[in-house]
Amino acid sequence: MIEIRNISKSFNDKQVLNGISGKFKNSDTSLIIGGSGTGKSVLLKCIVGLVKPDEGQVLYDGRDFWSGDTETKRAVRREIGMLFQGSALFDSKNVEENVMFPLHMLTNMPKSEKRDRVAFCLQRVGLENASKRMPSEISGGMQKRVGIARAIVMNPKYLFCDEPNSGLDPLTAIKIDDLIAEITDEFEITTIVVTHDMNSVMGIGEYIMFLYQGRKLWEGDSNSITETNIPELKEFLFANKLLKEIKEKEEEGS
Amino acid sequence: MPKVSVLSYFSNKIQTGRFTFKTAGNPTFYGFPTEVLMKLQLKWLLLELSQKRSFPSSFMNRLGKYLIFLGSLFKNREKMNVYLNRVLDECILIGVDSVFIVSIVSSFIGAVTCIQTAYNLISPLIPNSTIALIVRDMTVLELAPTITCIVLSGKVGSSIAGGLGTMRITEQIDALEVMGINAASYLVLPKIIAAVIVFPMLVILSGFLSIYGGYLAGTLTGAVTPTEYVYGLRDSFQPFNVPFALIKSVVFAFLISSISSFQGFYTKGGALEVGQSSTNAVTNSCISVLLADYMLAQLLL
Repeated sequence: MIEIRNISKSFNDKQVLNGISGKFKNSDTSLIIGGSGTGKSVLLKCIVGLVKPDEGQVLYDGRDFWSGDTETKRAVRREIGMLFQGSALFDSKNVEENVMFPLHMLTNMPKSEKRDRVAFCLQRVGLENASKRMPSEISGGMQKRVGIARAIVMNPKYLFCDEPNSGLDPLTAIKIDDLIAEITDEFEITTIVVTHDMNSVMGIGEYIMFLYQGRKLWEGDSNSITETNIPELKEFLFANKLLKEIKEKEEEGS
Repeated sequence: MPKVSVLSYFSNKIQTGRFTFKTAGNPTFYGFPTEVLMKLQLKWLLLELSQKRSFPSSFMNRLGKYLIFLGSLFKNREKMNVYLNRVLDECILIGVDSVFIVSIVSSFIGAVTCIQTAYNLISPLIPNSTIALIVRDMTVLELAPTITCIVLSGKVGSSIAGGLGTMRITEQIDALEVMGINAASYLVLPKIIAAVIVFPMLVILSGFLSIYGGYLAGTLTGAVTPTEYVYGLRDSFQPFNVPFALIKSVVFAFLISSISSFQGFYTKGGALEVGQSSTNAVTNSCISVLLADYMLAQLLL
Protein backbone atom coordinates (compact mmCIF):
# COMPACT_ATOMS: atom_id res chain seq x y z
CA MET A 1 0.00 0.00 0.00
CA ILE A 2 1.14 3.54 -0.70
CA GLU A 3 0.05 6.25 1.69
CA ILE A 4 0.61 9.97 1.18
CA ARG A 5 0.25 12.34 4.10
CA ASN A 6 -0.19 16.06 3.84
CA ILE A 7 1.87 16.58 0.66
CA SER A 8 2.54 20.23 -0.18
CA LYS A 9 4.73 21.65 -2.90
CA SER A 10 5.44 25.14 -4.19
CA PHE A 11 7.48 26.34 -7.14
CA ASN A 12 8.77 29.84 -6.36
CA ASP A 13 5.62 31.59 -5.07
CA LYS A 14 3.14 29.29 -6.72
CA GLN A 15 1.55 26.67 -4.46
CA VAL A 16 1.05 23.61 -6.67
CA LEU A 17 0.01 21.03 -4.07
CA ASN A 18 -1.70 21.86 -0.81
CA GLY A 19 -1.86 19.25 1.96
CA ILE A 20 -2.88 16.20 -0.05
CA SER A 21 -3.39 12.88 1.75
CA GLY A 22 -4.66 9.53 0.53
CA LYS A 23 -4.21 5.76 0.55
CA PHE A 24 -3.63 3.63 -2.54
CA LYS A 25 -4.35 -0.05 -1.81
CA ASN A 26 -2.65 -3.19 -3.11
CA SER A 27 -4.11 -4.76 -6.28
CA ASP A 28 -6.22 -1.66 -6.88
CA THR A 29 -5.96 0.61 -9.90
CA SER A 30 -6.04 4.05 -8.34
CA LEU A 31 -6.59 7.14 -10.41
CA ILE A 32 -5.53 10.71 -9.79
CA ILE A 33 -7.74 12.90 -11.95
CA GLY A 34 -8.18 16.60 -12.53
CA GLY A 35 -7.89 19.27 -15.19
CA SER A 36 -4.62 20.46 -16.71
CA GLY A 37 -2.41 22.35 -14.26
CA THR A 38 -4.06 21.00 -11.11
CA GLY A 39 -0.87 19.33 -9.89
CA LYS A 40 -1.54 15.68 -10.83
CA SER A 41 1.84 15.06 -12.46
CA VAL A 42 3.69 16.95 -9.71
CA LEU A 43 1.94 14.79 -7.11
CA LEU A 44 2.97 11.66 -9.02
CA LYS A 45 6.56 12.94 -9.22
CA CYS A 46 6.52 13.57 -5.46
CA ILE A 47 5.33 9.98 -4.91
CA VAL A 48 7.92 8.33 -7.18
CA GLY A 49 10.75 10.45 -5.83
CA LEU A 50 11.48 12.77 -8.75
CA VAL A 51 10.33 15.96 -6.98
CA LYS A 52 10.83 16.48 -3.27
CA PRO A 53 7.72 17.79 -1.53
CA ASP A 54 8.08 20.82 0.75
CA GLU A 55 6.04 19.05 3.41
CA GLY A 56 4.48 15.65 3.96
CA GLN A 57 5.31 11.98 3.81
CA VAL A 58 5.17 9.25 1.17
CA LEU A 59 4.96 5.80 2.75
CA TYR A 60 5.61 2.64 0.75
CA ASP A 61 4.24 -0.18 2.93
CA GLY A 62 5.21 1.89 5.94
CA ARG A 63 8.66 2.96 4.64
CA ASP A 64 8.95 6.74 4.56
CA PHE A 65 10.60 7.47 1.20
CA TRP A 66 11.68 11.07 1.69
CA SER A 67 13.10 10.76 5.20
CA GLY A 68 14.75 7.41 4.40
CA ASP A 69 18.49 7.03 3.72
CA THR A 70 19.96 6.45 0.24
CA GLU A 71 19.72 2.67 0.57
CA THR A 72 16.02 2.82 1.53
CA LYS A 73 15.35 5.07 -1.44
CA ARG A 74 17.24 2.75 -3.77
CA ALA A 75 15.40 -0.29 -2.40
CA VAL A 76 12.00 1.39 -2.88
CA ARG A 77 12.93 2.60 -6.37
CA ARG A 78 13.80 -0.93 -7.42
CA GLU A 79 10.25 -1.96 -6.54
CA ILE A 80 8.80 0.78 -8.76
CA GLY A 81 7.84 0.56 -12.41
CA MET A 82 6.77 3.66 -14.26
CA LEU A 83 5.15 4.42 -17.58
CA PHE A 84 5.85 7.99 -18.66
CA GLN A 85 3.57 10.27 -20.62
CA GLY A 86 5.83 10.17 -23.69
CA SER A 87 6.90 6.56 -22.98
CA ALA A 88 10.52 7.74 -22.35
CA LEU A 89 12.05 4.87 -24.31
CA PHE A 90 15.79 5.08 -24.93
CA ASP A 91 16.21 6.17 -28.56
CA SER A 92 19.51 4.37 -29.06
CA LYS A 93 18.18 0.97 -27.96
CA ASN A 94 15.72 -1.33 -29.71
CA VAL A 95 12.53 -2.60 -28.07
CA GLU A 96 14.17 -5.68 -26.56
CA GLU A 97 17.14 -3.70 -25.22
CA ASN A 98 14.79 -1.10 -23.74
CA VAL A 99 12.86 -3.75 -21.84
CA MET A 100 16.05 -5.59 -20.83
CA PHE A 101 17.73 -2.40 -19.59
CA PRO A 102 16.54 -2.53 -15.93
CA LEU A 103 17.50 -6.22 -15.71
CA HIS A 104 20.91 -5.46 -17.16
CA MET A 105 21.54 -2.56 -14.81
CA LEU A 106 20.01 -3.79 -11.59
CA THR A 107 20.34 -7.59 -11.53
CA ASN A 108 22.98 -10.26 -12.00
CA MET A 109 20.68 -12.59 -13.95
CA PRO A 110 22.24 -14.83 -16.59
CA LYS A 111 21.68 -13.59 -20.12
CA SER A 112 19.34 -16.47 -21.06
CA GLU A 113 17.13 -15.75 -18.06
CA LYS A 114 17.02 -12.06 -18.99
CA ARG A 115 15.97 -12.94 -22.53
CA ASP A 116 13.22 -15.24 -21.24
CA ARG A 117 11.91 -12.55 -18.90
CA VAL A 118 11.94 -9.92 -21.66
CA ALA A 119 10.20 -12.31 -24.06
CA PHE A 120 7.52 -12.98 -21.42
CA CYS A 121 6.91 -9.26 -20.82
CA LEU A 122 6.79 -8.44 -24.53
CA GLN A 123 4.42 -11.33 -25.12
CA ARG A 124 2.28 -10.08 -22.21
CA VAL A 125 1.84 -6.69 -23.90
CA GLY A 126 1.42 -8.27 -27.35
CA LEU A 127 4.70 -7.13 -28.87
CA GLU A 128 6.62 -10.38 -29.25
CA ASN A 129 7.17 -9.67 -32.96
CA ALA A 130 8.53 -6.15 -32.51
CA SER A 131 11.52 -6.92 -30.30
CA LYS A 132 14.17 -5.85 -32.80
CA ARG A 133 12.49 -2.63 -33.90
CA MET A 134 13.69 0.81 -32.80
CA PRO A 135 11.34 3.11 -30.83
CA SER A 136 11.17 5.50 -33.80
CA GLU A 137 9.87 2.66 -35.99
CA ILE A 138 6.81 1.83 -33.88
CA SER A 139 3.51 3.65 -33.25
CA GLY A 140 2.63 5.69 -30.14
CA GLY A 141 0.40 2.90 -28.81
CA MET A 142 3.18 0.33 -29.28
CA GLN A 143 5.63 2.66 -27.53
CA LYS A 144 3.25 2.81 -24.56
CA ARG A 145 3.10 -0.98 -24.49
CA VAL A 146 6.89 -1.21 -24.60
CA GLY A 147 6.90 1.30 -21.71
CA ILE A 148 4.54 -0.99 -19.77
CA ALA A 149 6.72 -4.02 -20.55
CA ARG A 150 9.79 -2.15 -19.28
CA ALA A 151 7.88 -1.06 -16.18
CA ILE A 152 6.86 -4.63 -15.25
CA VAL A 153 10.06 -6.44 -16.22
CA MET A 154 11.51 -6.14 -12.71
CA ASN A 155 8.34 -7.57 -11.10
CA PRO A 156 7.51 -4.25 -9.42
CA LYS A 157 5.32 -3.91 -6.35
CA TYR A 158 4.21 -0.45 -7.42
CA LEU A 159 3.28 0.71 -10.93
CA PHE A 160 2.85 4.37 -11.87
CA CYS A 161 1.42 5.62 -15.14
CA ASP A 162 1.53 9.28 -16.12
CA GLU A 163 -1.27 9.96 -18.61
CA PRO A 164 -0.99 6.60 -20.39
CA ASN A 165 -3.69 7.54 -22.91
CA SER A 166 -2.36 10.88 -24.07
CA GLY A 167 -1.96 11.08 -27.82
CA LEU A 168 -3.73 7.78 -28.48
CA ASP A 169 -6.95 7.08 -30.37
CA PRO A 170 -9.90 6.03 -28.17
CA LEU A 171 -9.69 2.32 -29.05
CA THR A 172 -5.96 2.06 -28.37
CA ALA A 173 -6.47 4.09 -25.18
CA ILE A 174 -9.04 1.58 -23.93
CA LYS A 175 -6.67 -1.30 -24.78
CA ILE A 176 -3.88 0.36 -22.78
CA ASP A 177 -6.26 0.92 -19.84
CA ASP A 178 -7.37 -2.70 -19.91
CA LEU A 179 -3.76 -3.85 -20.06
CA ILE A 180 -2.87 -1.76 -17.00
CA ALA A 181 -5.88 -3.09 -15.07
CA GLU A 182 -5.11 -6.70 -16.06
CA ILE A 183 -1.46 -6.40 -15.06
CA THR A 184 -2.47 -4.84 -11.72
CA ASP A 185 -4.73 -7.80 -10.92
CA GLU A 186 -2.39 -10.44 -12.35
CA PHE A 187 0.74 -9.35 -10.47
CA GLU A 188 -1.11 -7.93 -7.44
CA ILE A 189 0.63 -4.57 -7.63
CA THR A 190 -0.34 -1.14 -6.39
CA THR A 191 -1.05 0.96 -9.45
CA ILE A 192 -1.50 4.72 -9.59
CA VAL A 193 -2.59 6.28 -12.88
CA VAL A 194 -2.64 10.01 -13.52
CA THR A 195 -5.22 10.82 -16.16
CA HIS A 196 -7.91 13.18 -17.33
CA ASP A 197 -9.48 10.63 -19.61
CA MET A 198 -13.09 9.84 -18.67
CA ASN A 199 -12.97 6.38 -20.25
CA SER A 200 -10.20 5.48 -17.80
CA VAL A 201 -12.17 6.94 -14.91
CA MET A 202 -15.25 4.88 -15.65
CA GLY A 203 -13.38 1.81 -16.90
CA ILE A 204 -10.57 1.05 -14.49
CA GLY A 205 -10.87 3.45 -11.52
CA GLU A 206 -11.19 1.42 -8.33
CA TYR A 207 -10.09 4.36 -6.20
CA ILE A 208 -10.26 7.87 -7.61
CA MET A 209 -8.78 11.08 -6.20
CA PHE A 210 -9.92 14.36 -7.76
CA LEU A 211 -7.54 17.31 -7.57
CA TYR A 212 -8.59 20.89 -8.09
CA GLN A 213 -6.16 23.82 -7.87
CA GLY A 214 -3.65 21.77 -5.90
CA ARG A 215 -6.19 20.45 -3.36
CA LYS A 216 -7.93 17.11 -3.02
CA LEU A 217 -11.63 17.89 -3.52
CA TRP A 218 -13.05 14.41 -3.68
CA GLU A 219 -12.15 10.71 -3.35
CA GLY A 220 -14.16 7.58 -3.99
CA ASP A 221 -14.77 4.98 -6.70
CA SER A 222 -16.19 5.02 -10.22
CA ASN A 223 -19.67 4.04 -8.98
CA SER A 224 -20.03 7.01 -6.68
CA ILE A 225 -18.30 9.63 -8.84
CA THR A 226 -21.35 10.42 -11.00
CA GLU A 227 -23.48 11.04 -7.93
CA THR A 228 -21.24 13.84 -6.71
CA ASN A 229 -22.61 17.27 -5.85
CA ILE A 230 -19.25 19.04 -6.04
CA PRO A 231 -19.62 21.58 -8.88
CA GLU A 232 -15.93 21.46 -9.90
CA LEU A 233 -16.01 17.68 -10.21
CA LYS A 234 -19.34 17.75 -12.07
CA GLU A 235 -17.90 20.29 -14.47
CA PHE A 236 -14.85 18.08 -15.02
CA LEU A 237 -16.90 14.90 -15.51
CA PHE A 238 -19.34 16.43 -17.95
CA ALA A 239 -16.88 18.55 -19.89
CA ASN A 240 -17.34 16.09 -22.75
CA LYS A 241 -20.04 17.45 -25.06
CA LEU A 242 -21.66 14.05 -25.66
CA LEU A 243 -21.85 13.24 -21.94
CA LYS A 244 -23.22 16.70 -21.27
CA GLU A 245 -26.03 16.20 -23.80
CA ILE A 246 -26.88 12.77 -22.40
CA LYS A 247 -27.03 14.18 -18.89
CA GLU A 248 -29.20 17.10 -19.99
CA LYS A 249 -31.61 14.73 -21.75
CA GLU A 250 -31.73 12.53 -18.66
CA GLU A 251 -32.55 15.55 -16.50
CA GLU A 252 -35.23 16.70 -18.95
CA GLY A 253 -36.75 13.20 -18.95
CA SER A 254 -36.87 12.98 -15.19
CA MET B 1 13.13 56.30 -24.23
CA PRO B 2 10.12 55.81 -21.92
CA LYS B 3 8.44 58.87 -20.39
CA VAL B 4 7.13 58.15 -16.90
CA SER B 5 6.02 60.11 -13.88
CA VAL B 6 8.29 59.90 -10.86
CA LEU B 7 5.42 58.63 -8.75
CA SER B 8 4.47 55.84 -11.14
CA TYR B 9 8.11 54.88 -11.61
CA PHE B 10 8.84 54.49 -7.91
CA SER B 11 5.50 52.89 -7.07
CA ASN B 12 6.14 50.38 -9.81
CA LYS B 13 9.63 49.71 -8.47
CA ILE B 14 8.29 49.24 -4.93
CA GLN B 15 5.59 46.86 -6.16
CA THR B 16 7.79 44.67 -8.26
CA GLY B 17 10.89 44.99 -6.11
CA ARG B 18 13.07 45.55 -9.13
CA PHE B 19 13.84 48.14 -11.74
CA THR B 20 11.44 47.86 -14.63
CA PHE B 21 13.04 49.91 -17.41
CA LYS B 22 16.28 48.08 -17.91
CA THR B 23 15.57 47.21 -21.54
CA ALA B 24 13.89 50.48 -22.44
CA GLY B 25 16.82 52.76 -21.61
CA ASN B 26 17.09 55.77 -19.34
CA PRO B 27 13.55 56.96 -18.47
CA THR B 28 12.69 60.66 -18.72
CA PHE B 29 10.97 61.85 -15.56
CA TYR B 30 8.55 64.75 -15.45
CA GLY B 31 6.59 66.55 -12.75
CA PHE B 32 9.57 67.69 -10.62
CA PRO B 33 12.01 70.69 -10.67
CA THR B 34 15.26 70.27 -12.65
CA GLU B 35 17.58 69.74 -9.63
CA VAL B 36 15.29 67.02 -8.28
CA LEU B 37 15.14 65.43 -11.71
CA MET B 38 18.94 65.38 -11.92
CA LYS B 39 19.08 63.60 -8.57
CA LEU B 40 16.49 61.13 -9.81
CA GLN B 41 18.52 60.49 -12.96
CA LEU B 42 21.54 59.79 -10.74
CA LYS B 43 19.44 57.50 -8.56
CA TRP B 44 18.33 55.65 -11.67
CA LEU B 45 21.94 55.20 -12.74
CA LEU B 46 22.87 53.81 -9.29
CA LEU B 47 19.94 51.44 -9.43
CA GLU B 48 21.02 50.24 -12.85
CA LEU B 49 24.54 49.64 -11.58
CA SER B 50 23.30 47.83 -8.48
CA GLN B 51 21.39 45.47 -10.77
CA LYS B 52 24.59 44.66 -12.61
CA ARG B 53 25.90 43.25 -9.33
CA SER B 54 23.58 40.30 -9.79
CA PHE B 55 25.94 38.91 -12.44
CA PRO B 56 28.64 37.65 -10.01
CA SER B 57 26.06 36.12 -7.70
CA SER B 58 24.34 34.29 -10.55
CA PHE B 59 27.75 33.14 -11.84
CA MET B 60 28.69 31.83 -8.37
CA ASN B 61 25.32 30.12 -8.13
CA ARG B 62 25.93 28.39 -11.45
CA LEU B 63 29.51 27.48 -10.51
CA GLY B 64 28.28 25.94 -7.24
CA LYS B 65 25.67 23.92 -9.09
CA TYR B 66 28.34 22.73 -11.54
CA LEU B 67 30.60 21.57 -8.70
CA ILE B 68 27.72 19.73 -7.00
CA PHE B 69 26.96 18.13 -10.37
CA LEU B 70 30.57 16.94 -10.64
CA GLY B 71 30.35 15.51 -7.10
CA SER B 72 27.14 13.64 -7.97
CA LEU B 73 28.97 11.73 -10.73
CA PHE B 74 30.85 9.72 -8.14
CA LYS B 75 27.94 8.97 -5.78
CA ASN B 76 26.04 5.64 -5.99
CA ARG B 77 27.95 4.43 -9.01
CA GLU B 78 26.82 1.45 -11.05
CA LYS B 79 28.70 -1.79 -11.83
CA MET B 80 32.17 -1.28 -13.38
CA ASN B 81 31.43 -3.34 -16.50
CA VAL B 82 28.54 -0.98 -17.28
CA TYR B 83 30.96 1.95 -17.34
CA LEU B 84 33.52 0.03 -19.38
CA ASN B 85 31.07 -0.65 -22.20
CA ARG B 86 29.76 2.91 -22.09
CA VAL B 87 33.29 4.39 -22.15
CA LEU B 88 34.15 2.33 -25.25
CA ASP B 89 30.96 3.52 -26.99
CA GLU B 90 31.71 7.12 -26.09
CA CYS B 91 35.34 6.81 -27.27
CA ILE B 92 33.99 5.91 -30.69
CA LEU B 93 31.44 8.74 -30.68
CA ILE B 94 33.81 11.39 -29.36
CA GLY B 95 37.10 10.17 -30.81
CA VAL B 96 36.75 8.12 -33.97
CA ASP B 97 33.93 10.26 -35.34
CA SER B 98 36.05 13.40 -34.86
CA VAL B 99 39.16 12.16 -36.71
CA PHE B 100 38.01 13.54 -40.07
CA ILE B 101 37.32 17.12 -38.95
CA VAL B 102 40.48 17.23 -36.80
CA SER B 103 42.58 15.98 -39.75
CA ILE B 104 41.19 18.56 -42.16
CA VAL B 105 41.54 21.49 -39.74
CA SER B 106 45.04 20.52 -38.60
CA SER B 107 46.48 19.94 -42.07
CA PHE B 108 45.26 23.28 -43.34
CA ILE B 109 46.33 25.18 -40.22
CA GLY B 110 49.85 23.75 -40.56
CA ALA B 111 49.96 24.58 -44.26
CA VAL B 112 48.70 28.14 -43.74
CA THR B 113 51.09 28.73 -40.83
CA CYS B 114 54.03 27.64 -42.99
CA ILE B 115 53.08 29.82 -45.96
CA GLN B 116 52.32 32.90 -43.85
CA THR B 117 55.56 32.53 -41.87
CA ALA B 118 57.51 32.21 -45.11
CA TYR B 119 55.75 35.33 -46.42
CA ASN B 120 56.85 37.33 -43.36
CA LEU B 121 60.45 36.05 -43.21
CA ILE B 122 61.99 38.13 -45.95
CA SER B 123 65.33 38.92 -44.32
CA PRO B 124 68.27 37.05 -45.95
CA LEU B 125 69.89 36.83 -42.48
CA ILE B 126 67.20 34.48 -41.17
CA PRO B 127 67.60 30.91 -42.42
CA ASN B 128 64.64 29.18 -44.11
CA SER B 129 64.74 26.43 -41.47
CA THR B 130 63.24 28.99 -39.05
CA ILE B 131 59.93 28.53 -40.87
CA ALA B 132 59.78 24.89 -39.73
CA LEU B 133 60.86 25.86 -36.23
CA ILE B 134 57.99 28.36 -36.00
CA VAL B 135 55.47 25.89 -37.44
CA ARG B 136 56.64 23.24 -34.94
CA ASP B 137 56.46 25.46 -31.88
CA MET B 138 53.16 27.06 -32.84
CA THR B 139 51.67 23.66 -33.55
CA VAL B 140 52.89 21.88 -30.44
CA LEU B 141 52.37 24.75 -28.02
CA GLU B 142 49.11 26.21 -29.22
CA LEU B 143 47.53 25.17 -32.47
CA ALA B 144 47.31 21.41 -31.93
CA PRO B 145 45.93 21.41 -28.38
CA THR B 146 43.94 24.63 -28.29
CA ILE B 147 42.54 24.95 -31.79
CA THR B 148 41.75 21.24 -31.93
CA CYS B 149 39.94 21.46 -28.62
CA ILE B 150 38.00 24.54 -29.71
CA VAL B 151 36.93 22.69 -32.85
CA LEU B 152 35.99 19.70 -30.68
CA SER B 153 34.05 21.89 -28.28
CA GLY B 154 31.85 22.77 -31.25
CA LYS B 155 31.45 19.24 -32.50
CA VAL B 156 31.56 17.16 -29.32
CA GLY B 157 30.22 19.78 -26.90
CA SER B 158 27.08 20.52 -28.88
CA SER B 159 26.50 16.82 -29.47
CA ILE B 160 26.80 16.01 -25.74
CA ALA B 161 24.56 18.91 -24.64
CA GLY B 162 22.00 18.23 -27.37
CA GLY B 163 21.87 14.50 -26.59
CA LEU B 164 21.47 14.96 -22.84
CA GLY B 165 19.04 17.85 -23.29
CA THR B 166 16.83 15.71 -25.51
CA MET B 167 16.98 12.88 -22.98
CA ARG B 168 15.93 15.33 -20.26
CA ILE B 169 12.93 16.80 -22.09
CA THR B 170 11.71 13.37 -23.25
CA GLU B 171 11.86 12.10 -19.63
CA GLN B 172 14.52 9.48 -20.38
CA ILE B 173 16.65 10.86 -17.53
CA ASP B 174 13.62 10.71 -15.21
CA ALA B 175 13.10 7.10 -16.29
CA LEU B 176 16.67 6.26 -15.22
CA GLU B 177 16.22 7.99 -11.88
CA VAL B 178 12.93 6.22 -11.18
CA MET B 179 14.73 2.90 -11.77
CA GLY B 180 17.16 3.85 -9.01
CA ILE B 181 20.06 4.50 -11.40
CA ASN B 182 22.29 7.53 -10.82
CA ALA B 183 21.52 9.15 -14.17
CA ALA B 184 24.32 11.72 -13.95
CA SER B 185 26.92 9.08 -13.23
CA TYR B 186 25.61 6.60 -15.79
CA LEU B 187 25.30 9.11 -18.61
CA VAL B 188 28.01 11.69 -17.93
CA LEU B 189 30.96 9.94 -16.29
CA PRO B 190 31.68 7.72 -19.34
CA LYS B 191 31.61 10.81 -21.58
CA ILE B 192 34.19 12.59 -19.40
CA ILE B 193 36.45 9.52 -19.14
CA ALA B 194 36.21 8.93 -22.90
CA ALA B 195 37.02 12.58 -23.66
CA VAL B 196 40.04 12.52 -21.33
CA ILE B 197 41.30 9.38 -23.12
CA VAL B 198 40.71 10.38 -26.75
CA PHE B 199 41.41 14.13 -26.75
CA PRO B 200 45.19 13.66 -26.22
CA MET B 201 45.20 11.11 -29.05
CA LEU B 202 43.42 13.57 -31.33
CA VAL B 203 45.88 16.29 -30.32
CA ILE B 204 48.84 14.04 -31.18
CA LEU B 205 47.25 13.30 -34.57
CA SER B 206 46.55 16.99 -35.04
CA GLY B 207 50.17 17.95 -34.22
CA PHE B 208 51.54 15.40 -36.65
CA LEU B 209 49.19 16.42 -39.48
CA SER B 210 49.74 20.11 -38.87
CA ILE B 211 53.53 19.77 -39.11
CA TYR B 212 53.16 17.50 -42.13
CA GLY B 213 50.73 19.97 -43.73
CA GLY B 214 53.35 22.68 -43.24
CA TYR B 215 55.98 20.43 -44.82
CA LEU B 216 53.83 19.79 -47.90
CA ALA B 217 52.85 23.42 -48.31
CA GLY B 218 56.41 24.68 -47.76
CA THR B 219 58.12 22.23 -50.09
CA LEU B 220 55.46 22.30 -52.83
CA THR B 221 55.55 26.11 -53.03
CA GLY B 222 59.33 26.20 -52.82
CA ALA B 223 59.33 28.32 -49.65
CA VAL B 224 61.57 25.81 -47.92
CA THR B 225 63.47 22.68 -48.97
CA PRO B 226 62.75 19.31 -47.31
CA THR B 227 66.22 19.31 -45.71
CA GLU B 228 65.75 22.83 -44.30
CA TYR B 229 62.30 21.89 -42.97
CA VAL B 230 63.54 18.77 -41.18
CA TYR B 231 66.54 20.68 -39.82
CA GLY B 232 64.20 23.41 -38.53
CA LEU B 233 61.96 20.84 -36.84
CA ARG B 234 64.95 19.50 -34.86
CA ASP B 235 66.51 22.87 -34.11
CA SER B 236 66.22 24.19 -30.48
CA PHE B 237 63.59 21.61 -29.61
CA GLN B 238 62.16 21.87 -26.06
CA PRO B 239 61.00 18.35 -25.06
CA PHE B 240 58.70 19.71 -22.33
CA ASN B 241 56.46 21.27 -24.99
CA VAL B 242 55.03 17.83 -25.85
CA PRO B 243 53.87 16.84 -22.32
CA PHE B 244 52.67 20.43 -21.90
CA ALA B 245 50.43 20.04 -24.97
CA LEU B 246 49.11 16.73 -23.63
CA ILE B 247 48.40 18.21 -20.18
CA LYS B 248 46.48 20.99 -21.89
CA SER B 249 44.47 18.51 -23.94
CA VAL B 250 43.50 16.52 -20.81
CA VAL B 251 42.36 19.68 -19.00
CA PHE B 252 40.45 20.90 -22.05
CA ALA B 253 38.83 17.48 -22.50
CA PHE B 254 37.58 17.54 -18.92
CA LEU B 255 36.27 21.10 -19.24
CA ILE B 256 34.51 20.59 -22.58
CA SER B 257 32.87 17.29 -21.68
CA SER B 258 31.82 18.28 -18.16
CA ILE B 259 30.53 21.76 -19.04
CA SER B 260 28.59 20.47 -22.05
CA SER B 261 27.14 17.63 -19.98
CA PHE B 262 26.14 20.08 -17.25
CA GLN B 263 24.38 22.32 -19.77
CA GLY B 264 22.53 19.39 -21.35
CA PHE B 265 21.68 17.60 -18.12
CA TYR B 266 19.85 20.58 -16.63
CA THR B 267 17.92 21.55 -19.77
CA LYS B 268 14.38 22.67 -18.98
CA GLY B 269 11.57 23.18 -21.46
CA GLY B 270 11.39 21.93 -25.02
CA ALA B 271 13.22 21.76 -28.33
CA LEU B 272 14.09 25.46 -28.25
CA GLU B 273 15.82 25.10 -24.90
CA VAL B 274 17.79 22.08 -26.16
CA GLY B 275 19.16 24.33 -28.90
CA GLN B 276 20.00 26.99 -26.31
CA SER B 277 21.76 24.41 -24.15
CA SER B 278 23.90 23.34 -27.11
CA THR B 279 24.80 26.94 -27.87
CA ASN B 280 25.61 27.66 -24.22
CA ALA B 281 27.67 24.48 -24.04
CA VAL B 282 29.84 25.56 -26.97
CA THR B 283 30.17 29.16 -25.78
CA ASN B 284 31.02 28.27 -22.18
CA SER B 285 33.39 25.49 -23.24
CA CYS B 286 35.30 27.82 -25.58
CA ILE B 287 35.63 30.52 -22.93
CA SER B 288 36.77 28.02 -20.29
CA VAL B 289 39.28 26.47 -22.72
CA LEU B 290 40.81 29.88 -23.45
CA LEU B 291 40.95 30.79 -19.75
CA ALA B 292 42.51 27.45 -18.87
CA ASP B 293 44.96 27.85 -21.76
CA TYR B 294 46.19 31.14 -20.31
CA MET B 295 46.37 29.79 -16.75
CA LEU B 296 48.27 26.65 -17.78
CA ALA B 297 50.74 28.71 -19.80
CA GLN B 298 51.35 30.94 -16.76
CA LEU B 299 51.69 28.00 -14.39
CA LEU B 300 53.71 25.51 -16.42
CA LEU B 301 55.94 27.49 -18.79
